Amino acid sequence: MRGVPPVHPEFMLEPVFDNLGAGRDAIGLGQSRKAGLDTRHGTVLSLEDISVSFDGFKALNALNLYIGVGELRCIIGPNGAGKTTMMDVITGKTRPDSGTAWFGDTLDLTRMNEYQIAQAGIGRKFQKPTVFEALTVFENVELALKTDKSVWASLAARLGGEQRQRIEEVLGTLRLLPLAQRQAGLLSHGQKQFLEIGMLLVQEPQLLLLDEPVAGMTDAETEFTAELFKGLAGKHSLMVVEHDMGFVGSIADHVTVLHQGSVLAEGSLEQVQADERVVEVYLGR
Amino acid sequence: MNQPLLVTATQKAGPRLTLAIGAIAVLLLVALPLLSLLPADHALQVSAYTLTLVGKILCYAIVALALDLVWGYAGLLSLGHGLFFALGGYAMGMYLMRQAAGDGLPGFMTFLSWSELPWYWAGTEHFAWALCLVVLAPGLLALVFGWFAFRSRIKGVYFSIMTQALTFAGMLLFFRNETGFGGNNGFTSFRTILGFDIAAQGTRAVLFLLTVGLLLASLYLCRCLTRSKFGRLLTAVRDAENRLMFCGYDPRGFKLLVWVLSAVLCGLAGALYVPQVGIINPSEMSPTNSIEAAVWVALGGRGTLIGPLLGAGLVNGMKSWFTVAFPEFWLFFLGALFILVTLYLPKGVVGLLKKRSQP
Repeated sequence: MRGVPPVHPEFMLEPVFDNLGAGRDAIGLGQSRKAGLDTRHGTVLSLEDISVSFDGFKALNALNLYIGVGELRCIIGPNGAGKTTMMDVITGKTRPDSGTAWFGDTLDLTRMNEYQIAQAGIGRKFQKPTVFEALTVFENVELALKTDKSVWASLAARLGGEQRQRIEEVLGTLRLLPLAQRQAGLLSHGQKQFLEIGMLLVQEPQLLLLDEPVAGMTDAETEFTAELFKGLAGKHSLMVVEHDMGFVGSIADHVTVLHQGSVLAEGSLEQVQADERVVEVYLGR
Repeated sequence: MNQPLLVTATQKAGPRLTLAIGAIAVLLLVALPLLSLLPADHALQVSAYTLTLVGKILCYAIVALALDLVWGYAGLLSLGHGLFFALGGYAMGMYLMRQAAGDGLPGFMTFLSWSELPWYWAGTEHFAWALCLVVLAPGLLALVFGWFAFRSRIKGVYFSIMTQALTFAGMLLFFRNETGFGGNNGFTSFRTILGFDIAAQGTRAVLFLLTVGLLLASLYLCRCLTRSKFGRLLTAVRDAENRLMFCGYDPRGFKLLVWVLSAVLCGLAGALYVPQVGIINPSEMSPTNSIEAAVWVALGGRGTLIGPLLGAGLVNGMKSWFTVAFPEFWLFFLGALFILVTLYLPKGVVGLLKKRSQP
């Protein structure tokens, strides 16, 4: 592991509470935080010329990708196109061999590690739902809640009434409130997916990365998730990797197709689906 | 050892009885040293042998508690906690050797015809400095080892193997006469502690009471820690460290703190063990000792705090009976016990009792 600078205050976003009451979105999740991160150029994430290779295999090949503030972007592509590797680069799990990754206009993601990036405002949902199975649903969300996350603060931490309310609010929105005291390991697959999304939301991230969020969900759950994400867009930026084209069609106005580690096509879902190269990649040569 | 039966009853009758049983256990432990002060011909007199045996087991129980904190909660299986225990013991032993030697050199140094104390023995004639060493030696070693291990993200079985190697290296180092800790004989023939005769009944009783006090204090501390947000974070480190990092926590700090705390608790237990048992030598660092500590925790029940105390008591109680009754079968029995517990009692004795009480 290479030397990592300590968390600097400038990495942390200033909490913004606009008094007009417009800070909350339609379903009461998340707060508007546009002023916290320097996004004067309108992009929340800029990946430029990112290359990653594993033992000679180029997982990402000079990838360029920009996500606008408040945008909901879907990423599709065949297996091995580099979707998960791209998320690893953004969240600090994998260092790119070359290229730059900027969060907002000022934060260089290639020089930060996982927890600094998370604190700066990027939340990630894994492909396989990952929650703390031995803890209750409530405790899971409590740990994710945006607060001082140092060792000493955790020793003395007491949950305030406002924080408790916030957790219950999110659990209520995700229909997990009746299960708040159940052990997370006992939840169904779909419920775990929602719990993990809830854990992301209370982190109040600027950018959410969601790796196959509706895998294993019932049709009703998928529909609910689509509504949820549409409600989040605008206040947060979302990047959703998904194979379910029906789901992609129902949420995305903008789709990026990845193939062999770089962008193959970009545009609306109809445009992309009409693109001959995309059809070729998906249906085989 | 009829404690498991008591616990069964406890689980059935609820928390009030748990408290009552706990209070009785503590009262018994406090009464034991007082009874040892009775004249030798009194019917209730507790022999020095019994007092030392129970005191020794209490020290082991503290080690089991410390190991449960790192293994049961943070998921770090240490197979080297014997090293921290022995380091605390050696630090106390240095002071006791200086007390026994008076103004001269400790006996083994004269035997090696050394003319002066090695530099690291400086100040060990002062009890206060010896106490500092009891905390600092295991604490600093754990800090340095943990810093590098957690920085390099070593976990699981690799971490266990490294701790095992560490205690083995420590043992080899302390076996050498040149290291200056008495070689394979270690330290023994202590005379006084703070001017009191170490073999006197009164001194033994006080040391025993101190051990009970340390055990209760450690139990209280561990209980507070594991019930706080810090404790839930340790569980999170154990179950899904990646998720925790992406929640914005740096797991290294949490692991390091609990690891060092655990090592210090072991050091304190070792420091109380040495004056009671009267000897410390490198065999305390042997890998089998540390593995045995893991057996206590597994048998009692990981992540329960009270379970490892029961486990240490049960295994050591059986050991002292077995090694007298069937000396050659003890290790086979211990091995079989470990296999049975791993296969059929993944949550240990406490888990079994809990299951019984909730049919």
